[in-house]
Amino acid sequence: MQQFLNTLVSGASLGSIYSLMALAMILVWRSTRVVNFAQAGQAVLSTYVGLEIHRITHSYVLTLVVAIIFGAIFGALVDLLLVRPLLRRVGDGPIAAVAPVIVTLGLLGALQGFVGLVWGGEYRSFPAAFSQDGINIGTMKIPFSQFDFFILLVTLAVMLTFAYIFQRSGLGLAMRAAAFEPEVAQLAGVRVARVRTIGWAFAGAAGALAGALITPTTLLAPNSLDLLLVFGFTAAVLGGLESLVGGVVGGFLLGLGLAFVVAYLGGSFTFMTAFVVLIVVLLVRPQGLIGARRMRNA
Amino acid sequence: MREKVSNGWRSLPRAVRSAVGLLFVGWFLLLLGDRISEFRVYQGASVATYLVAIVSIVLLTGFSGQVSLGHGGLLAIGGYAAALVMADLHWPFWIAFIVAVFAAALIGALLGIAAARLSGPYLAGTTLAFAVGLPSLANQFSFLGGEQGLLFDIGQAPKHFGENFSPYKWLFWVTGVFALLAIWTASNLLRGRHGRIWRAVRSNETAAALAGVNVARSKVLAFTLSAGFAGLAGALLCATVSLVTPGGFSLSLSFAILTGAVIGGVRSIFGAAIGAFVLVVLPMITDALTQTSSEAVATNLPAIITGLLLIGTVVISPGGVAGSIASVQRHLALKRQKG
Amino acid sequence: MLSIAGLTTDHGQVRALDDVTFDVPAGSLTAVIGANGAGKTTLLRTVTGLVKPTSGTVRWYSQDLLCLPTEQLVRHGVAHVPEGRSVVAELTVSENLQLGALWRGKDPDVQIARDEVLALFPILSERLGQRADTLSGGERQMLAIARALIARPKLLLLDEPSLGLAPLIVEQIFQTLDRLRKESGLTVVLVEQNAVSALEIADHAVLLSLGQIVVSGSAKLIEKDTQLRHAYLGY
Repeated sequence: MQQFLNTLVSGASLGSIYSLMALAMILVWRSTRVVNFAQAGQAVLSTYVGLEIHRITHSYVLTLVVAIIFGAIFGALVDLLLVRPLLRRVGDGPIAAVAPVIVTLGLLGALQGFVGLVWGGEYRSFPAAFSQDGINIGTMKIPFSQFDFFILLVTLAVMLTFAYIFQRSGLGLAMRAAAFEPEVAQLAGVRVARVRTIGWAFAGAAGALAGALITPTTLLAPNSLDLLLVFGFTAAVLGGLESLVGGVVGGFLLGLGLAFVVAYLGGSFTFMTAFVVLIVVLLVRPQGLIGARRMRNA
Repeated sequence: MREKVSNGWRSLPRAVRSAVGLLFVGWFLLLLGDRISEFRVYQGASVATYLVAIVSIVLLTGFSGQVSLGHGGLLAIGGYAAALVMADLHWPFWIAFIVAVFAAALIGALLGIAAARLSGPYLAGTTLAFAVGLPSLANQFSFLGGEQGLLFDIGQAPKHFGENFSPYKWLFWVTGVFALLAIWTASNLLRGRHGRIWRAVRSNETAAALAGVNVARSKVLAFTLSAGFAGLAGALLCATVSLVTPGGFSLSLSFAILTGAVIGGVRSIFGAAIGAFVLVVLPMITDALTQTSSEAVATNLPAIITGLLLIGTVVISPGGVAGSIASVQRHLALKRQKG
Repeated sequence: MLSIAGLTTDHGQVRALDDVTFDVPAGSLTAVIGANGAGKTTLLRTVTGLVKPTSGTVRWYSQDLLCLPTEQLVRHGVAHVPEGRSVVAELTVSENLQLGALWRGKDPDVQIARDEVLALFPILSERLGQRADTLSGGERQMLAIARALIARPKLLLLDEPSLGLAPLIVEQIFQTLDRLRKESGLTVVLVEQNAVSALEIADHAVLLSLGQIVVSGSAKLIEKDTQLRHAYLGY
């Protein structure tokens, strides 16, 4: 029973980080119809920038805030300087369908190379806001730490903020309209290109936060977030890739599922499990577990 | 007289003509192998290996229009299958290569069935997960040798090749023969019925389906055949390093193959040859560039250059080098017509 | 007024619009009619910048529309309701209306405009909280027009509002349009394959065939020209 509870709480804190990454991928997919494989590279860059801030200021809050803001700005720049001109140029060319995939992969490689060039390839430790030791309840020690609690709290706050922006604000309405019917949105006066860039900025921020929150446990290296990318994508697909709520649910399901696999079957099965889950979901319920009706043909 | 010869030549089936052509290329390369250093011969073997891998991407992405970021996983299957056949059954290496082709094709067919229902980014993500997840399986089963992997030695050249036929030259010879075979098979496939069907499906799935093409079957077939080529490439790759390890099939291998295909041009086998050449030459260039710089630069500059090359190719010349050459040729031909 | 001069649009090798020239007087309803593929939709899409023309000019009073990005048009009083009941299916009726007035920000007139369009299409008031994809075809078309009207446009471009709708609904929508422009002085360009209904409420008409203007002039005259009707409109 105790192992069950332990797994549940550690799975929830991992799952919330996967949810953030899934949100980042969904935001970009919805606004631009691109799965951004460079999200991991952008997140790793933001995390290193955060690390640099921590070295100078020793303030965790500042570290997190700067990493998030940097992530947002960099995400917007990727859209402005790379994706927009690319989509304009490629049009219906010979590799139109795969061009965004290839370009974001190229960016991933280039960013990881750049990070390695500046900060070196060795693993770095990254600060955590609170103790990562388990909490004592009476005489019993559970593996759920103060930092895990912090992770859950922060992701919850971020998700509520996103929910508010998307469901209640004019910007959110414009983003949703631009995602689903860009032409109608345009005719209604929405500056669709600008709204897309804002989507990329939000995604960059969410990815940066995911990177900063997972790194205290995994350590930081140029390619240390590749796994987060794969799990974030899987979570996004679980949720149907269109719905933000779906992405959050997918992230938690995946986090919990993997935690139980690790606890009861062993750590080396994580990947294969994620892969099998991905394939099964795509084959059985391509619209995601709580998906929208649209078919995945874009 | 000359016209007669060329007419006779033209009347031969295309498959025969391309076979003769490739035999000439092979013979030329073999002669070349005697003139250049051992290291260059080894690099030649690498080019041949990459060539087979990239041909598999050309078939899949360039013709069938599907994308795979996980071909490293299929190469791994080919490599492990070949190594197991040689280690446990002690069959000759060429049979091991054939087994590699079929083993990878089998897994490819399974992947392809999943892939046929997915498009673009979904397929990319799924194959990515496949490539990330698969090599870690090697640690699960002891007969796969764990992190240390398995030995894979194609041995020495047969005696009648002569005394001074070095192991490298033998490797070059073997990889070269298999690469030429692969090119010949692929070019006939792409020119034939299946090639036409794949192109039809790629340019408009609905139209192809209305014309009576079984779209799903054509996609699964493309994935299966592509996986077969990838399996062969995996076995050849292991032969060049005499070893099969999970680390040898990292994500960066999948990306490297894709990079080669994109830079060379995903639409032609000629492009695949250029891509394979680039993959071998690129590290030499970056090595030369970073000789005097620090270790951090030396280890990371290649990744940056490759990434930028990928982006640059897609943005500036989506058809890759081969595509650019073809469009220049068209341009010149048009000019000549007008002039 | 809207004046279109020498407008030519190519879709690759195909010339979809060929040197189209006509004027739409302010406050009038001009019907653009013609068979499928005559270039009617391309005409509207070129006017609002969704398709780039090869040559020609489009002026709305003194404003050159072709040099404006599509999303700016609504700020200059031009609204376009594209073909196919163009609403955002994933948003509620209320959100679709809100979208139409988003660019006006906190302008107090938005609430008034909203009440007015709901009075025009009362059925929508009953559906405010529903997602747009739960609406019937006619309701969706009404929502699409309402979404355009809430921006208080001076020029309304409508693309095939009758497509696939029951005759009774078409009648209702056309009556509303007729009333609207008589009451508010709205200028309307109505693209229609359903020439009978369109000509009934139109002042002027432009008949397109294969991208070229066959005839333009008074709607009543074209309606009476049996030869034209037989040759181009099939009735």
